[in-house]
Amino acid sequence: MANDTDTGTPSTAVEPYAPSAGIAVVNDDAIPNPGFPPERPRVTDLDPAVEQQQERRVAAWFLLSIVGTVVAIVAYIVFPITPGDQGSVRLNNLFLGLGIALALLSIGLGAVHWSKSLMEGHDLVELRHGTRGSDATRAKAVEVFQLGNKESGFTRRKLIRNSLIGALVVSPLPAVMLFRDLAPAEDPVGLLKHTLWEEGTRLTKDPTGVPIRAADVTLGSVFHVIPENLAESEHPLEEKAKAAVLLMRLDPEQLQISAGREDWHYDGIVAYSKICTHVGCPVALYEQHTHHLLCPCHQSQFDITREAAVIFGPAKRPLPQLPITVDDEGYLVARSDFNEPVGPSFWERSL
Amino acid sequence: MSTSTTTPPSTRPANDPPVGRGMRFTGWAANYIDERTSLSGMVKELGRKIFPDHWSFMLGEVALYSFVVILLSGTFLTFFFQASMAEVEYEGSYVPLKGVEMSVAMASTLDISFDVRGGLLMRQLHHWAALLFIASIGLHMLRVFFTGAFRKPREINWVVGFVLFILALAEGFTGYSLPDDLLSGNGLRIIDGMVKGIPVIGTWISYLLFGGEFPGTDIVGRLYTLHILLLPAIVVAAIGVHMVLLIVNKHTQFAGPGRTNDNVVGVPIMPVFAAKAGGFFFIVFGVLVLIASLVQINPIWVYGPYDPSPVSAGTQPDWYIGFADGALRLVPPGWEFELLGFTVSMNILVPIVVLGLFIVVVMLYPFFEAWVTGDKREHHIADRPRNAPMRTAIGAAGVTFYSVLFFAASSDLIATHFRLSIEWVTHVLQALLFIGPILAGVITHRICIALQKKDREIALHGFESGRIVRLPGGEYIEVHEQLDDYERWKLVSYEDYKPLMVRPDARGRISPLERVRAVVSRAFFEDRITPVTRTEIEAAKHDSH
Repeated sequence: MANDTDTGTPSTAVEPYAPSAGIAVVNDDAIPNPGFPPERPRVTDLDPAVEQQQERRVAAWFLLSIVGTVVAIVAYIVFPITPGDQGSVRLNNLFLGLGIALALLSIGLGAVHWSKSLMEGHDLVELRHGTRGSDATRAKAVEVFQLGNKESGFTRRKLIRNSLIGALVVSPLPAVMLFRDLAPAEDPVGLLKHTLWEEGTRLTKDPTGVPIRAADVTLGSVFHVIPENLAESEHPLEEKAKAAVLLMRLDPEQLQISAGREDWHYDGIVAYSKICTHVGCPVALYEQHTHHLLCPCHQSQFDITREAAVIFGPAKRPLPQLPITVDDEGYLVARSDFNEPVGPSFWERSL
Repeated sequence: MSTSTTTPPSTRPANDPPVGRGMRFTGWAANYIDERTSLSGMVKELGRKIFPDHWSFMLGEVALYSFVVILLSGTFLTFFFQASMAEVEYEGSYVPLKGVEMSVAMASTLDISFDVRGGLLMRQLHHWAALLFIASIGLHMLRVFFTGAFRKPREINWVVGFVLFILALAEGFTGYSLPDDLLSGNGLRIIDGMVKGIPVIGTWISYLLFGGEFPGTDIVGRLYTLHILLLPAIVVAAIGVHMVLLIVNKHTQFAGPGRTNDNVVGVPIMPVFAAKAGGFFFIVFGVLVLIASLVQINPIWVYGPYDPSPVSAGTQPDWYIGFADGALRLVPPGWEFELLGFTVSMNILVPIVVLGLFIVVVMLYPFFEAWVTGDKREHHIADRPRNAPMRTAIGAAGVTFYSVLFFAASSDLIATHFRLSIEWVTHVLQALLFIGPILAGVITHRICIALQKKDREIALHGFESGRIVRLPGGEYIEVHEQLDDYERWKLVSYEDYKPLMVRPDARGRISPLERVRAVVSRAFFEDRITPVTRTEIEAAKHDSH
């Protein structure tokens, strides 16, 4: 404790410790501290009638608090929650809360009012002492360490000391190892590179799972798409987080198609991964007449006419395109899985 | 003004006036406890400890009290919440979601909201208290920073407080993610994307964190353990250290007549401070309950359960995560490349590193300033911000930097509300991120110096009294009235530093570090307004009349 008084010596004892003031300017000509100003009594100190009035006021706050508590208890009973009735939840929340708030606020306001108007109001002074222990105390502390060292031979027996440090340093390693089984045994890299899509998988509507006919996809329309076998998969959410696709139809004239992707679209119908290549939000906002896709999380924009190239925002890579065609019955199907990993970049992505 | 006298209530002399039954019981109980714990020593030491009063000293109290509210309301929530991601069909009383597949975590959160009386109140109270906790820590840190209350001997407590701030953010984010609703799931998706962007280990960290591929079925349970066990334990421990150091160092006080670096002037813990602080706890608690009963927060039933596919426009993180999200948004396109076949995501790394550096700078600032001034003395008088112009300027620059990132997290909303293009808003914010802090710093520095000049003028020549007098010669003057000594003291008592003059050391050398220090100290103290001296006051008195 800083105000250590058990030595019995006054705080003004001469201390040899004088810390450096650094580049502070110590000016002998500085204006001296004028000392405490005269005290100004409060009206409650002077007028007993006001004092009594304030006393009643404090008590009134505390009594009001009791009223608040009663209100809260009554509200709990008279405003039950009726299943299916949103209004009952609201009333329960409101009146229970108001009762409790009244109870708590009144205690608080009463206590603060008491302290400000009735309790002894004059400032008191306490002396500070240097935070640093006294020289005698510090000498004693040094002696403790020296005795400890001498009696154990901690610095003298270097072999013991160093082997102990070595043992302590490596001992947490098993704890680090134990974290391996936080996740299953497979390698994440392989998992991240594949999705549920494969040759012949039908494109179905999200979330109903109804297959989509090419003829249903009118010019300018956009579909949120999942693979047909998603519901049966072992981990639907994990698969959906990779396989979600956005489907739209543009005038084939508008599509700028690079070499090797000529048959990835079907008559202007294109499918792109919906998972942003930045940090993985669903790129769900499609602006029909500019053919731009916007990610609502960090505003990356992708141009669908240019194979979802990034035109703005922090994303770097275009959205991966899902090659599609139609099956015998006219339903849209995938030609294959994506040709690259979908979603946010990761270290081993291109390996 | 009287000096504090310590009269521990438990060692009341027997020959006092007759006492009531309540007092006799208190005396008996105090004796019982003291004979088993020697608690009287602590009461003697702490019972009449003095706390200085200033409104800004309450910000830390708000943080402490809202943490207590968080603990109380959070404990209630744990009795009902189930941190499981197993899929169930919702069968609770919220009709629009009846029959919808969702995780047990989401379903139990809905049950708390719609099937437990007072459950919604506690949920909203918990969330509001958490927001107030983080906000008040932030304001408390700004108060400590701008008044220089981090200076020796309080540097360590600054670091402890900083750690508490980071822990509060972590508590906020882990708690926010627990209901497994659409919005929080998107937040986790972003965390997953960021973690994957970390070179070498990112993929594995994400894989281990989520217990497999995102989103997996483990993350809510794991965050729950962190949220209600590990993080709170560290927070409680850190608050304990923070409070012990506060008692050891004693509170700072603002300059005022009679107040010196060697005393503390204020009210004693028993009874005034205890009543004020205790009352204030109830006020904070009461205001939070009032907000929780009136203002809806985080209506997860509107968002629905997490699904990786949908997302709504205008998604926002809780405000305290905003600066991190904003940093992600401001990265220009194309910041990603491949190195020997490995993918390096600079669009993720740069924000992480910049934010990391920013908070490290915040944490280390006290040590930096101590190095510049070389001042090893203890400082217990809080600075007025104007009297440390460069520190205030640096603080203003930091606040501006943070604010630009904060607003960047709402760039889409700014664009839609003010009918601007998102590209334009983003480019302006990108520019502001660099220009803003410099401008804010320079302007703040000039304002501080101007205010110091004004103080100096008032201290020397008094203030304009508004009384116009016509002199015999026909000239009109406004009479300046002198300050009394007490008022003047506040204007003239501040620490003054001058730039470091490099001198060779004992071996006749000047170390490069010392040269750097000289340059920095010049930036800090070249423009300086010295405190008014006695001689100047005397001279001014002779001048004026």
